[in-house]
Amino acid sequence: MSRLAKQLDLPPLPRGLSPVRRYRNLGFPYRAPSTPRGVAVAPETANRGADYDTAWARKYPARLARAAIVDGPMRLAVFGLAAPDRRGQDRLASLQSAAIFAANHHSHLDTPLLLTSIPEPWRHQILVGAAADYFFGTRLTSALSSLVIGAIPIERSRVSRRSADQAAELAAQGWSLLLFPEGGRSPDGWGQPFRGGAAYLAQKSGRPVVPIHIEGTGRILRKGRSLPQPSTASVTFGKPLVPASAENTVRFAARIEAEVAALADEASSDWYQARVRAHARATPQLTGPTTGAWRRAWSLGDRSRRARQRKRRWPNL
Amino acid sequence: MNRPDPRGRAPRPGFVLDVDKSTPPILFHHGEQFRLEKLPAGRSRVIYPAEPLAGLDDPDEAIRQALLNPINEDPLPALLRPGMKLTIAFDDLSLPLPSMRQPDIRQRIIEQVLDMAAAAAVDDVHLIAALALHRRMTEAELRHALGDRIYDAFAPHETLYNHDAEDPDGMVELGLTRHDEQVTMNRRAAESDLLIYVNLNIVSMDGGWKSTATGLSDYAGVRHHHNVATMRKSKSFMDRHSSELHHSNWRQGEVIKAHGPRVFQIETTINNNTFGYDGPLSVLQKREWEWSARDRATFIGMKNALDVTPSAARRKIFQAWQAPYELTSVQAGEVEAVHNKTLENVFAQHIVPVEGQTDVLTFGLPYICPYNVNSVMNPILVMCLGLGYFFNLYRGKPLVREGGVVIMSHPTPWEFHPVHHPSYIDFFEQVLADTTDPLEIEKRYEKQFAYDEWYIHLYRNSYAYHGVHPFYMWYWGAHALQWLGRVIVVGGDPRSVHRLGFQPASTMQDALEMASDVVGPRPSITHFHNPPILMADVS
Repeated sequence: MSRLAKQLDLPPLPRGLSPVRRYRNLGFPYRAPSTPRGVAVAPETANRGADYDTAWARKYPARLARAAIVDGPMRLAVFGLAAPDRRGQDRLASLQSAAIFAANHHSHLDTPLLLTSIPEPWRHQILVGAAADYFFGTRLTSALSSLVIGAIPIERSRVSRRSADQAAELAAQGWSLLLFPEGGRSPDGWGQPFRGGAAYLAQKSGRPVVPIHIEGTGRILRKGRSLPQPSTASVTFGKPLVPASAENTVRFAARIEAEVAALADEASSDWYQARVRAHARATPQLTGPTTGAWRRAWSLGDRSRRARQRKRRWPNL
Repeated sequence: MNRPDPRGRAPRPGFVLDVDKSTPPILFHHGEQFRLEKLPAGRSRVIYPAEPLAGLDDPDEAIRQALLNPINEDPLPALLRPGMKLTIAFDDLSLPLPSMRQPDIRQRIIEQVLDMAAAAAVDDVHLIAALALHRRMTEAELRHALGDRIYDAFAPHETLYNHDAEDPDGMVELGLTRHDEQVTMNRRAAESDLLIYVNLNIVSMDGGWKSTATGLSDYAGVRHHHNVATMRKSKSFMDRHSSELHHSNWRQGEVIKAHGPRVFQIETTINNNTFGYDGPLSVLQKREWEWSARDRATFIGMKNALDVTPSAARRKIFQAWQAPYELTSVQAGEVEAVHNKTLENVFAQHIVPVEGQTDVLTFGLPYICPYNVNSVMNPILVMCLGLGYFFNLYRGKPLVREGGVVIMSHPTPWEFHPVHHPSYIDFFEQVLADTTDPLEIEKRYEKQFAYDEWYIHLYRNSYAYHGVHPFYMWYWGAHALQWLGRVIVVGGDPRSVHRLGFQPASTMQDALEMASDVVGPRPSITHFHNPPILMADVS
């Protein structure tokens, strides 16, 4: 028994217990107290979740550190895992201001992939909308998310305008935002319906929305997996979209989703055929066919451009 | 609407500077190098180009408006229908110079054209690089001009390709002009329901009927205006109304209009922003007395670094430069009406009024001309750039008086790109060793080179200019050769310069002394400060 335990008059522990087990067996005051029944719990004021203050991560020392991380190890890791094929960056040539980048979402790799793909001058002046309940669950994850990817908390589990208003304010201040309007990673490789966040922010801040389609990251690190499997991915940027004067949030969100679907079509076929289908309103939906699970999984196999374009081993003579 | 000028002031027009004792040394381009030359005070003048005009604020919207509101033509969507045969031809890699930063104007336009074609569910679409007898564009060059989206959508299906003027099944004859000139055209283009031509005008020679009548033609069609007599009668070929070259193309255009496909012409103009408003080369488009300490330091550093850089590396560095050109106008519709509008916009950027001719005209030749993009500037191209392009950049009368002297600055190395310019090598070694007289050359050698099977094979299957192309380069300078009393090349390889029939000089001082043998003592001197491009309106 240790001297400290003696001083505190702690009960003796059975012989042979490890220090970890000993700590676990310790009660209050070494562990958090339990709440008596019938007592109302005061609202938690902890600095995490949607309440986490990320202002420090937008100051120059943190931005410098983030730039070093993004352009150094993050770029190397993305190249090693995904060897990304980046297309359509020229569509941003006439974009003069900050923007809201809205992409489909397959994997945790999507954020590093996009942070290393979005060109200058937006790359180092961008914040990532991250799920408050996931990335800001603890102080450690909150700090890391803010520092490494420039995350700002976005509520997705309950209806709240607070996080959206904060994001709109930042966009109005000249920060670009990277959002995943599906609200979470794809559970089965197909897309999910777009929520209205990106459209709402665009209307509130007056910033254009750049639709982005990501393909292939689901093969590398899909939802539910913890270890990445190197493969290839592609990122296709679309033309910036500006909400029309009579367009409400729901319609604008639908237009963003349609543009991302057209980009997906472009990535899996070619640009001209995708445009023909877009004009004929025959673009395949991001959310995939409304069939049984196995048929959805089956039709997913056709969507990879690389799967269809086998490498030619011999020249055509 | 034009975007606000990045310099915070209106661009200044070109002007003529009279050189006095306080005038600093003047910049001369010298291939992949530069020279600073002090011109004699009191009898020299320098013609400076206009500063870059402001680019269009929203080029994509301007293009859309041009396609929806064409001149003397129906809106493009009204001309597109399912089941039609649509061909889009576009200018090749000889434009612009140097290549422009992406997105290239051709990409911007063709994407919008194709988007309209997609809306009309047009399936049968071909894209053709209208290169006439130039070398084929490589995949990388096509991707640069058109963008990956277009390339990946069409090239794998073999519906995006280079024009082949020697394909026995790929050409058709549309008829004869009233001067009995043959008019030939790429078969696919000729048999299309609609031919859309996408042009990029960098000088006033480009565009109009020359785009289709020359760009999609073959030797049989081109030889009627690419010849010594035509070039000598074109005074100059940069001035469409005084150019026999253009008169001939316009006559061929009449035949195309009568017997060819319906042509929807899209023409564009760009500004003079060749070297950028900032960055390492921006000093090259500033006037010498306005060079800041930073500009001077940049220039000295650049010049000293280039002095110790091997020539191949120097070439790579310069060829990698992509100009930040901006679109200043876009017009679409009926060929001639569109071209008239284009000329107005080109001249708005290029024209500089100049009073009177000069005894001695000097210019520094840069590292690039239309025929050595990603390639070597060989001695024949030096002649073509100097006596063809620069000499002819006038309206009214030549800048230099008849019997005057041209002094060009270029290293003129005896060097050729063996893949791009095989027939140039033989032209230089065999033909010029025999004679430099354009008429004699045309009479004795042209057909032999034009019908040479090996050159035709290389043109069709490799990346070679057509066998007859070096002849055209020589003819391009025929007007100047006839007009001038002497041509001197400062800093040029004496062997190459002698082979061209010119005189080499080590320094500008030597060259001016040699010139006085022809034009007399104390001649008047005019320096043509180009690039960025200017065109002298000589009164």
